[in-house]
Amino acid sequence: MAETHEGAHEAPHEVHRHPAPTGFIRKYIFSLDHKVIGIQYIMLALAAVIVGMLMSLLMRLKLSWPDHKWAILAWLFPTGAPDGLMNPEFYLSLVTMHGTIMVFFVLTTAPQGGFGNYFLPIQIGAEDMAFPVLNMMSFWVTFVGFIAILLAIFVEGNHALGEWFGATLGTSFAGGSGTVGPIGGWTGYAPLSSVGKIAGPGQGAGMNLWVISIAIFCIGSLLGALNFITTLLNMRTKGMSLMRMPLTCWAWFTTAVLALLSFPVLLGGGILLLLDRIAATSFFTPAGLYFTGVLSGTSPNFPLHTGGSPILWQHLFWFFGHPEVYIAILPGMGATSHILATFARKPVFGYRAMVFAIFAIGLLGFFVWGHHMFISGMSPYSAIAFSILTLSIGVPSAVKTFNWIGTLWGARIRFTTAMLFAIGFVSLFVAGGITGLILGQSSLDLPMHDTYIVPAHFHLVMGVASIFGMFAATYFWFPKMFGRLMNERIGRIHFWVTFLGVYAIFMPMHVMGLQGMPRRYSQFTEYHFLDTLHPLVIFVSVSAIITIAVQFLFYFNVFWSMFKGEKAGENPWEATTLEWNTTSPPPHDNFAGVLPTVYHGPYEFAVPGAPRDYVMQSEVDVEVPSGDGHNGHKH
Amino acid sequence: MGRVLAVIIWIVTLLSVLLFVSGKWWLPAAISDHAPALDRQFMITIIVVGISFTAAQIGLGWMVWKYRDTGKAGERATYSHGSNRLEVLWTVITAVVFIALGVMGQSVWASLRLHDAPPGSYTVEVVAQQFQWNFHYAGKDGKFGRTEPRLIDDSALNFIGLDPSDASSADDSVTAALAIPVNRPVELRLRSKDVIHNFWVPQLRFKQDLVPGMEIKVHFTANRVGKYELACAELCGQLHFKMKSYMLVLPEDELTALQALPQEQFQARMTELLAKYPLPQY
Repeated sequence: MAETHEGAHEAPHEVHRHPAPTGFIRKYIFSLDHKVIGIQYIMLALAAVIVGMLMSLLMRLKLSWPDHKWAILAWLFPTGAPDGLMNPEFYLSLVTMHGTIMVFFVLTTAPQGGFGNYFLPIQIGAEDMAFPVLNMMSFWVTFVGFIAILLAIFVEGNHALGEWFGATLGTSFAGGSGTVGPIGGWTGYAPLSSVGKIAGPGQGAGMNLWVISIAIFCIGSLLGALNFITTLLNMRTKGMSLMRMPLTCWAWFTTAVLALLSFPVLLGGGILLLLDRIAATSFFTPAGLYFTGVLSGTSPNFPLHTGGSPILWQHLFWFFGHPEVYIAILPGMGATSHILATFARKPVFGYRAMVFAIFAIGLLGFFVWGHHMFISGMSPYSAIAFSILTLSIGVPSAVKTFNWIGTLWGARIRFTTAMLFAIGFVSLFVAGGITGLILGQSSLDLPMHDTYIVPAHFHLVMGVASIFGMFAATYFWFPKMFGRLMNERIGRIHFWVTFLGVYAIFMPMHVMGLQGMPRRYSQFTEYHFLDTLHPLVIFVSVSAIITIAVQFLFYFNVFWSMFKGEKAGENPWEATTLEWNTTSPPPHDNFAGVLPTVYHGPYEFAVPGAPRDYVMQSEVDVEVPSGDGHNGHKH
Repeated sequence: MGRVLAVIIWIVTLLSVLLFVSGKWWLPAAISDHAPALDRQFMITIIVVGISFTAAQIGLGWMVWKYRDTGKAGERATYSHGSNRLEVLWTVITAVVFIALGVMGQSVWASLRLHDAPPGSYTVEVVAQQFQWNFHYAGKDGKFGRTEPRLIDDSALNFIGLDPSDASSADDSVTAALAIPVNRPVELRLRSKDVIHNFWVPQLRFKQDLVPGMEIKVHFTANRVGKYELACAELCGQLHFKMKSYMLVLPEDELTALQALPQEQFQARMTELLAKYPLPQY
């Protein structure tokens, strides 16, 4: 209580950093402003997610109606779908590109680079990121990575655009395979991915670009991570102690630490993989391989490889890949905690436990990568350690869920669209995360591995739940970013259909997996044990088509509201944290030259005796019983 | 809106649970000795999963139903920052349940993977290649002929690089389907010529990658005679979706008779056996 008034009469410190740029290019393209860069990341994700989503639509068409000739596809993809019938390599390249684009360019960009960039400095009361130039570079490097992954789609097809790209890149298409991109899934397992064209369609120049794109992406993310960590540790405003930070900041910080420690491993792995491909090294490529009549070392098309380990690639990939799923979802967790508290009009339940849980998830996230590899041929003893560690990561996840529900207990919930999506996040996080108890057990992985229960699990939890977190964040912060509210009526329709839709898509995939349906099959026509699943496959596809269609409402809402939405004031949601202390949108230096001072914890709602039902972090003359978010307040 | 959302959450929860308990889609009837223990562990796990899922969704729905903003002026939410006692309670409970599940989940794994195949196991070498399975049988002498990558020649149908100069390879057979004895431990020596493949028979509750550059030995015991579909479960390239074969589980005498046949007759007999046994009903 004593610290409530501390520093209240000190002069607010002023800031004079870089002045606002005036030219269009410095203001909107090569901007140093973390807010513009944040929006650039979000726009990149919005572009990428459309590509990834439409790819999933094509995949569903193929799986449900394997023999149907789609005239429009014949026209769009003369090589991938001659006569409108998609060929298997086209399907598999869709699998690969969908996964890569979604994981890297959507789930890693929007939550962290987008919303994190925009709001972390404002929420801690800083005028910008610590290294604005690095920040700009991290976006543009990521953008180059995105261009590279788009090129990867085209360089192997022999349609006109592909030929142009191919000529530019000096690759040949003579006898193009009919593929539209690399094949390997987002995991790119060696040696399928490491020996080049000899391994079949989808292993040529497109695969090189796939590896290069990911390596570039790693560099961009590393630059971003350094910036986040430095900014958060050094640039908090007066009074913003660590335990007064919004949970969003804890989530972005932990995400940045994960990115800092995991992306270099993938970067290294990617470079080694590229060397295997173009310099005939043998990091991941073993000796004595034999493809279509050619033994390694007996033909210029297939140089000699000796003694590489395919499993090493898996270790390097998953050492990054598992933290990556937390990189995707932690910001969504942060946003959900933040938004739940705001619209519950109630402090976050167990703030301290939430912080510890984020840390525990981040830390344990580095020790469980082996659960992707139980049946890979690695030591069966290590599987036991990985398995038990994996199950224990469920504990902090459950703690977070309990605390979210606890936050709603005794609340006065305002059902804005942002709140609906935040509640949806909790529901989906539970639905998707809980099956980790099955997949984390080495024994149960014997039947479950690489069946549809795996995509069902990770799509719900790292895909859809993360995206729900980002939808909630968009509806919540849009008025701050653009000064206008999004349309709530359209938003609610978007929520209802999407919420039901994603359950309808992914729940049936679980039981498909139980019956043994393998992932990454371009059609299910060859096996009798899959026959009875066909009605479910069609049900899933129809649900997906409806759900995808509704997403265009979201796009419309975003772009329409930017110009025509109802004007928002400084604090339309009556929220407490610092971003609501400044104009919408904030000025170039965020707080118009005067950084705010913080006196309270981040979620002081419903404080007894306070004049309003919320106390902003910067409010001076309000008494708050336990102002810094401590647990254990009795009432 | 709160009530609508609560009801929708409950309905979604109910439908999800029904999807699982309907029994219409489930693991296929098992045919291996380790399967009952594995299925039991699966049932325990899915019950824990089902209860946790349902309880969390009901709880979430209940909060949403009960604590909506009624719009009454001056009414505020309960001011609470949480409860350390509750945090400790649910952390301990979930830790005990989850970690206990994790420990229990190791027993089948340990029984299958932490020791070698028992003596007297029936051994088959499996050599996968893009979109085709090759099964190498030792023949009458019980010894596998030497194989070498250098000798592989698909066009001459020497798919596994069997060395004809090795005496023990004379009675060996290589076929595209797997035949194993019923009720006798089987050891598979798994190899791959090109990329990673995966040996997957749903009824067997068993899956293992075949990694080029490695020979991975695994073992199991099948206990029901019949013909089962064998799929590749690791993305291996263009025609991954039809890298299919069959696993025949045969009575010991039928397998012994098969094993005694020279390569050409072995192939023909295998074709007969594949026609003789129907697939299980799904």
